[in-house]
Amino acid sequence: MLEGMLTAAAIILSLSILTCMYRVIKGPSMPDRIIALDTIGINMIALVAVLCVHMKTQAFLELILVVGILAFLGTIAFAKYIEKGVVLEHDRDHPDDR
Amino acid sequence: MSLLHFAILIPFVVAAAAPLFYKYIPKVHTGWFVLPVPLYLFVYFLMQLSTVRTGDGVQATVPWIPSLDIAFTVVLDGLSLIFALLITGIGALVVLYSIYYLDKDKEAIHRFYLYLLLFMGAMLGVVLSDNLVVLYGFWELTSLSSFLLIAFWYRRTKSRYGAQKSMLITVFGGFAMLAGIILLYLMTGTFSIREIIAQAGALPGQDLFLPAMILLLIGAFTKSAQFPFHIWLPDAMEAPTPVSSYLHSATMVKAGLYLVARLTPVFGGAAEWFWLVSAVGLLTLLWGSVSAIRHTDLKAILAFSTISQLGLIMTLLGLGSAALYYGIGDAGNVYVIAITAAVFHLINHATFKGALFMVVGIVDHETGTRDIRYLGGLMTLMPVSFTMALIGTFSMAGIPPFNGFLSKEMFFTAVLHASQMDFFSMQTWGILFPVLAWIASVFTFIYSMIIVFKTFTGKFQPDKLDKTPHEAPVGMLISPVILVSLVVVFGLFPNILSYTLIEPAMASILPSLLSPGDYFEVKISMWHGWQPELFMTLGIFILGTLLYLSLRSWRSVYQLIPEKWSLNHLYDSGLKLLERGSLGITRTYMTGSIRQYFVYIFGFFAIILLYSLFKLGAFQITADSYAEISVYEVLLLAAMIFAAVAIPFVNSRLTAIILLGAVGYLMTTFFVVLRAPDLALTQMIVETVSVTLFLLCFYHLPKLKKEISAPKFKITNLIISIGVGVTVTLLALSANGSRLFDPIADFFIKESYNLAGGNNMVNVILADFRGFDTWLEVMVLGVASLGIYSLIKLRMAEPLPLEGGSKREDQ
Repeated sequence: MLEGMLTAAAIILSLSILTCMYRVIKGPSMPDRIIALDTIGINMIALVAVLCVHMKTQAFLELILVVGILAFLGTIAFAKYIEKGVVLEHDRDHPDDR
Repeated sequence: MSLLHFAILIPFVVAAAAPLFYKYIPKVHTGWFVLPVPLYLFVYFLMQLSTVRTGDGVQATVPWIPSLDIAFTVVLDGLSLIFALLITGIGALVVLYSIYYLDKDKEAIHRFYLYLLLFMGAMLGVVLSDNLVVLYGFWELTSLSSFLLIAFWYRRTKSRYGAQKSMLITVFGGFAMLAGIILLYLMTGTFSIREIIAQAGALPGQDLFLPAMILLLIGAFTKSAQFPFHIWLPDAMEAPTPVSSYLHSATMVKAGLYLVARLTPVFGGAAEWFWLVSAVGLLTLLWGSVSAIRHTDLKAILAFSTISQLGLIMTLLGLGSAALYYGIGDAGNVYVIAITAAVFHLINHATFKGALFMVVGIVDHETGTRDIRYLGGLMTLMPVSFTMALIGTFSMAGIPPFNGFLSKEMFFTAVLHASQMDFFSMQTWGILFPVLAWIASVFTFIYSMIIVFKTFTGKFQPDKLDKTPHEAPVGMLISPVILVSLVVVFGLFPNILSYTLIEPAMASILPSLLSPGDYFEVKISMWHGWQPELFMTLGIFILGTLLYLSLRSWRSVYQLIPEKWSLNHLYDSGLKLLERGSLGITRTYMTGSIRQYFVYIFGFFAIILLYSLFKLGAFQITADSYAEISVYEVLLLAAMIFAAVAIPFVNSRLTAIILLGAVGYLMTTFFVVLRAPDLALTQMIVETVSVTLFLLCFYHLPKLKKEISAPKFKITNLIISIGVGVTVTLLALSANGSRLFDPIADFFIKESYNLAGGNNMVNVILADFRGFDTWLEVMVLGVASLGIYSLIKLRMAEPLPLEGGSKREDQ
């Protein structure tokens, strides 16, 4: 019973990743794509959790946390890039800056 | 080490010292210090006459590379002795001549004597070495020193051209010869000439026999300026005259003849050898003598005359090799006479040609030109030179009582006998030999007359000359006078040579014809009765005189042959074509475009791997070991494929980065599915970092390239990328399908806790079992970060013009 449920959940999550992928490819605007990528990350968290239960292991629990942080960081990086054209801003007072 | 070894090495030692003499004793011409070397060696070799006469001569071995069967073995037999005497004797005369010819204040004589001694030692090494590899080494050293000597006046374009040409041709031949030597080694298992000769009976019929023969002959023909490799010799005339006299008439160009004579016991008796040597020799004889008349430069005439005379000796060596086929006896003896004539003419040619070059050098030295159109009437001004030129050319033309007459008569005897041979299909072609030889001799007569009479008789034209001509200093005349007196002495008393030199030389060329203790008996006489040879000579005199007198009316025939057809033109345009062709080929594939190089790399990758996969039958797929596939895995894979396939088609860099990020995320998911937590963690982090890095890079892209464009579609790219993908997939499937051994993973599973005290197997492998790899990977990361740091810092130090401007990418 649980097995069936878990497989069904995994399939639904994979389908959702696939549909997000459609949005990544299709766009139409850049923020659409970035949000879709972020959603893929979140779906991944869920999928990894389901798989953890499915495989009866705790080995992937750190990964869930890491994906949570990194998907966020990636989205921030993209967002900042779209907003300012730069990911890391230069320190204006630095003598090497030109 | 024997005295003979030192005889070869002394010139090298003195060569090293020659510049020192020049530097520290500048008041004395360096040549005086050099002169004792060839003189001493000449006397040394003269003293060996009796030993060579009675026995095997001197032989000694010094091991050099014993593991490769290469030893510095020297042997002095009859043939070597003739060459050694020529090299040292004429070497001494040339050094003496050059002392007066080259001005010690104006010329770089230290280099001259360095090169000359280098050449002398190398040449002695060629003729005295028994080991073929050592012989080859000395052979190339003669090419090299000849190259240096031809370009002695290296500021002249023509000198450099001539040196390059002779280098290319003789080294080409040298390489062919090396290949021939190796083939001989493969057949016989030894590099020693004497041992090869001992095995000569077993050689004919072997597969490598003919290739070895042809390759060695190419070496001999290029060195001895045989047709069609003769073209370097006329251009080598840019060398100082002593060099032309020594290298390009008396010694180096005879190295090929030496090789042919030396290998006659090995290859002689084979029809191919007979035909190749004698036909090429005959063609060279004819071509050289006919071409000589075309030229007006005295040295060019002498160069072609040298070519033609070398062809004559080559022909005789070829004809003489028939004796080995026939064996000794009445019929065989008539071919032996060809060898006698060859050896005799070899000596004769060295004497008169050396003298003639020296005379031409004197004329050049005293008048400032060598062109016969400007010369004339020098007879009364330069009586000694005239006498020497007269004797030299008459000997060359074959006029009695000089030695050329004798060797020419013997040459005719040999070719007349050759026309009566009834083997080697000589019945059909044999008649050509006397006819062509006779025609060539007529031309030889004509150009000999041109040399002496156009230069010394006729009208004196002082206004066309740079200098006021007068007789040369005595020192300059000594050497040619000695050579010319030898011409006369050998002409009148030829038998002083036959007993001492020719018979032992023949014994070493035709060793199998002699029973032990036996020797050839050679008797050369000036008058041998009313033979056909005599009438042929008379015919030459009559026709030659007539043609010489009517020279003006028929010489224009030469103008009819356009320059385009000449072999020089062929060489020049061939060289140009090679250069242009290789440049063109290089340009077609070395385009500088990285895309093209990737096309080559991946194209060859796919083609070679696919070919070997199917050719070797390595392609096999077995589904036994595959795991079950679940539905969500298929869906994830579909998502990944979509993302990956979409990347090449998007038209914005940012979209491509996002897609790449998506692929990375899905990769992480697959690591989870395939139960690799550490990999998944690392992959996730690396993916995010690299995506951020890409974003950082975009900031630095120059403004001009920022326009948004779809990647261009190229059919080659498509084919190659599909090909590579297919190749890798098939390889992976086949590798999985043909697993030959159990993996060693079981060991790690069992032992990771026992041996390393860790439960995380991946980390145990990384840090314990295979720590070295990790260590080096850390190093790679360190190097990469240092590299990035220094790149950025250096960029800061020297700003690029592309930097600055807008910092935004248009979306």
